[in-house]
Amino acid sequence: MAKDVLIFAEQREGKFRHASFEAVSEGKRCAQKVGTNAIALVVGKDISESAKELGKYGADRIIAADSEIFASYNSESYARAVVNAVKVIAPQILILTASSMGRDLAPNVGAKLEVPVASDCIKLDIIDGKLQALRPVYAGKVRIRVAFAKEPNIVTLRPKLFEATEVAGHNVQVEKLQPAIEPQDLKATLKEVVKSVGAKLDLTEADIIVSGGRGMKAAENFKVIEELAQVVGGVVGASRAAVDAGWRPHHDQVGQTGKTVSPTLYIACGISGAIQHLAGMSSSKCIVAINRDPDAPIFQVADYGIVGDLFEVVPTLAQELKKAISR
Amino acid sequence: MKIAVCVKRVPDTETKVRIGQDGKHIDEAGVQWVLNPYDEIALEQALKIKEAQGAGEVVVVSLGPPATTEPVIRKALAMGADRAVYLKEIMADRDMFSTAKVLAEALKSENPDIIFFGRQAVDDDSCEIGPMVAQILGLPCVTDVNKFKLEDRKVTVHKEIESGEEVIEVNLPACFTCQKGLVEPRLPTLKGIMAAKKKPLTEKSVAATEPLLTILKMEYPPVRPPGRKIGEGKEAAFTLVEVLHTEVKII
Repeated sequence: MAKDVLIFAEQREGKFRHASFEAVSEGKRCAQKVGTNAIALVVGKDISESAKELGKYGADRIIAADSEIFASYNSESYARAVVNAVKVIAPQILILTASSMGRDLAPNVGAKLEVPVASDCIKLDIIDGKLQALRPVYAGKVRIRVAFAKEPNIVTLRPKLFEATEVAGHNVQVEKLQPAIEPQDLKATLKEVVKSVGAKLDLTEADIIVSGGRGMKAAENFKVIEELAQVVGGVVGASRAAVDAGWRPHHDQVGQTGKTVSPTLYIACGISGAIQHLAGMSSSKCIVAINRDPDAPIFQVADYGIVGDLFEVVPTLAQELKKAISR
Repeated sequence: MKIAVCVKRVPDTETKVRIGQDGKHIDEAGVQWVLNPYDEIALEQALKIKEAQGAGEVVVVSLGPPATTEPVIRKALAMGADRAVYLKEIMADRDMFSTAKVLAEALKSENPDIIFFGRQAVDDDSCEIGPMVAQILGLPCVTDVNKFKLEDRKVTVHKEIESGEEVIEVNLPACFTCQKGLVEPRLPTLKGIMAAKKKPLTEKSVAATEPLLTILKMEYPPVRPPGRKIGEGKEAAFTLVEVLHTEVKII
């Protein structure tokens, strides 16, 4: 029998990220192609019960490292737990999410196992029983297909691109894995978690994004697109110009040196479409652009473009969408 | 206090990337190479600490091919780093773990109190080197740092996560990868540029290894259908609502 596929299913405070389900389902698809099992690993505190949920997304086995020491994420403790699971399972493939936690954890695990990580993959293929991964580089301006020379083949998956598929009638028992760490082994300590105001969804997880650029002219003008975002249930993003001007915090920035996003709908307001911005959002399913300059490069990628003053168009759009939604 | 900063040369973010003849790498013709933007932030943070303490040393370490790496190292020196270690690269596809090993080896003999990295290099976008180097050296590493406070040997940082920030405490020696928003990198002054020419640069050759990740092919993302303008001014908003309803079916 071929070696298994191990999936690290990320949770915070007992709640799984949707990307974890996507990872488990993709792990199952790989396992089926290789002819082996998908084994989900959960690391946390009091998570043995909620871990059962992963069976729904295709996990054949579920392993839980459930301990006080894993109550909050720590690079070292979690990396040791994953390495411990790798030693027990000896998987061919190890899958994590390309989230904040996954992108911190994967290289820590990789270094302990002396293998590199294929980060932020957008597609996995099994060819002759071996893994190949497709990943964007240069902020998505091009992609590379990579093959792995050493096991485990470690990958992180970009959220929102892989399907989380529910399987029927799955009842998987949760197996325990001993924590392989003591508190004195940890050098970095989490003091507190500061939630962002409104605790909104992260841009990388949003279905709808309304972004503003240089055309917004001032920080206070962002209320126009905040209103639109609220009407459609979206999240506000910004171009680098808007962030560099100090109108929005950096974590709102979309594009190279910011976030790469793939929402269902991306509405760009007053964004000219610099190459760095296009790299970060052109994998959106539908792009709408509103800009005064008919020659702005953003119109080359926009499925629907409106030439006009955003301060006239956006409020009208918000108002009309509100009416349409309430109908 | 000795602070090391790992820097990399990358194509300017304005670059329109083209795939080269071998179909596996970018065409480097006409590419302008710059100091990785996140590494500039890392270097600025290092310089700020040295200036605040009025003593210490900032060493930049860089692995990369000749010709394009040295100018970037000189820029780092012009910004204010004291000296540089240049690790001369001869292979094209060194994997992340191997790169981390090479850097860790060089950093080990430097024995710095703090090692700063950019959160990612804007070419391969891997975000792996900082944590990997730290693991190899047996040091803690906090990634995506956007606030940094040093008191004696204790560092308190803010780390950006999806729904906010984590506040993390760590004792030195330690590694950090720097996120945008931490500090605003300075521009080199003319005086700095002149001084950089005389600053020490130690060159070491690095042996090639068999890569553990192989690039099979480089390709362009799927081409989007050409953009379509649906109207002008606020009247077009009505059309858009209709389109979002009937074509995109999002509302």
